[in-house]
Amino acid sequence: MSRVLRKITVWRAIFAAILLSGAYATYLRIFYGLGGSTNLSDRFPWGLWIAFDILCGVGLAAGGFTLVAIVHIFNIERYKPILRPAILTAFLGYMLVVIALLYDLGRPDRLWHPLVMWNPHSVMFEVAWCVMLYTTVLFLEFIPVVFEKFGWHKPLEWIHSISVPLMIAGVLLSTLHQSSLGSLFLIVPEKMYPLWYSPTLPAMFYLSAIGVGLAMTIFESWHSSRAFGRALELPLLASMGRVLAVLMSVYLWLRFLDLARRGVLDLLLRNRMETWLFFLEIALMLVPTVLLFQRSVRMRPGALYACAVMLVFGFIANRLNVGVTAIEAGSGTHYIPKWSEVAVTLSIVAAGFAIFRVIAHYFPIFEAHRQEPAPAAVGEPEANHIAVG
Amino acid sequence: MAKAILYDSTLCIGCKACEGACAERWGLPYNDQIAAEETISAHKLTAVIPHGERFTRRLCMHCEEPACASVCPVGALRKTALGPVTYDPDKCMGCRYCMQACAFQVPTYEWDHRLPKMRKCDMCYERQARGEPTACTAACPVGATKVGERDALIAEARQRIAEKPQDYYPKIYGLHEVGGTSVLYLSAVPFDQIGMNTNVPQGPLPALTWRVLELVPDVVSTGSVLLGGIWWITNRRAEVAKAEGKSK
Repeated sequence: MSRVLRKITVWRAIFAAILLSGAYATYLRIFYGLGGSTNLSDRFPWGLWIAFDILCGVGLAAGGFTLVAIVHIFNIERYKPILRPAILTAFLGYMLVVIALLYDLGRPDRLWHPLVMWNPHSVMFEVAWCVMLYTTVLFLEFIPVVFEKFGWHKPLEWIHSISVPLMIAGVLLSTLHQSSLGSLFLIVPEKMYPLWYSPTLPAMFYLSAIGVGLAMTIFESWHSSRAFGRALELPLLASMGRVLAVLMSVYLWLRFLDLARRGVLDLLLRNRMETWLFFLEIALMLVPTVLLFQRSVRMRPGALYACAVMLVFGFIANRLNVGVTAIEAGSGTHYIPKWSEVAVTLSIVAAGFAIFRVIAHYFPIFEAHRQEPAPAAVGEPEANHIAVG
Repeated sequence: MAKAILYDSTLCIGCKACEGACAERWGLPYNDQIAAEETISAHKLTAVIPHGERFTRRLCMHCEEPACASVCPVGALRKTALGPVTYDPDKCMGCRYCMQACAFQVPTYEWDHRLPKMRKCDMCYERQARGEPTACTAACPVGATKVGERDALIAEARQRIAEKPQDYYPKIYGLHEVGGTSVLYLSAVPFDQIGMNTNVPQGPLPALTWRVLELVPDVVSTGSVLLGGIWWITNRRAEVAKAEGKSK
């Protein structure tokens, strides 16, 4: 770590500032409760920590199960080089979601309660179990990296022997809880703005999670290629971009079909905050979808990356709209996150980037250093990417 | 038979005796300042709210099929056979899904506590179990709040409307709202004019999520077979290709 601390750069200063404010916000959360650290209220009980840290966090980690399905179940071997970074992202993502949950739960010391106190009628109960089991699956999918690094062959063989049922379980658990995050909101038809409340929420959450999973894979490949000075798997990412274009077209088509079928298209003509936020969300998804149909865009790393980033932001806009904008409309109150809510969220994101970078640096995550006893080939990291890559 | 409460807004004089009795029963402080608060909160589980000349009273509706009990991941909330929806603070992990799910915005939270609980009216469960009326009913000097069997109270409400049609808006709030509630309202004017949410669905809310949740076993079984089958086919294809010497 001493190497990381050697140079003080702008990014490191920002990183340190974020973590410091996060630490102070944590102090407020512990000693002054949710009231002292958030702008939540009886009328608006779920805020940024649910809408971003949980809804977006779980979705952004969806690349893990998507790529496992592509590489190991559909046996499309050429995607293998980007499988491990996707699994690492997912594993870290889920760990961070659990940490965020500790902030948001009124009684974090009772995180384990759903293990022994059951209510199968609760979507939250199902999500809790799926996330718990899937985090275990992700741990087992990631751990071979550690075994390889230290040359432990016995446990490696053992993991390999259970890998197929493990991966199938991972894909199923993801299918269940990615869609269930949408089902959470099915029970509040009277509270949600009709542009977002829909019986199709579970299916839409699932489709968009697969989409953002692919977009995140492009995103992290681009960053790691810069940070670790390795070649970008461009043909691979470009073909992924094509899949993404088709998938998102289907998604967007279904969104508008759903609005039409529910007869709420006329809401798009109203000059309201909700309308503009809806258009922002759709634009952030539609523009990259259209662009990704062009071969010239897909084959240019910078353009491909920009499309992936736009899609990630479109996805985040969608989850924030469902979790905040739509609920706010029917709650009769106003919610803007307190600075401490934002500080905790930013800290968690920053920590995620930093931990990813450290693990990718010391363990054989990228195909190039597979099977090697030590990652000797890893180049000196570019200092200015600590907070973004 | 299940207990219920009938609140008749046309009889209520806004004396707030129910508020004081409720605070006493829960061991919560009650003074002029709290009496002036026109909303329910973690320290005020019922509130009498003026709407011009008239009053309405906020308390837990004790739904026949409560959304809160259905969404609680640890089963801390429960619809009892006696009628009240009760809460077990020792189970609650503070996810606040009950607050999000309640169509009436009833559950409230101890936001400023380090180890907070959710708070809501429990229709004086232990008093009712002993056969006593709720504290608010016992305190009401004019009989605006009445406790009894739900069916009997519905019959009585209908009779009041029939006897004095000029005094009542001819509907009972809570009869069909979210599939029926154990707190029923009578009013002289349409219910939205005394601050009641008339925008709630007329059917039970838990059905909306159960419709999806009940598919989980099907998704798991069908998905296992499907994914296992796909893996078997693609894996076999790769093996055959290798054996035939056609390198990938």
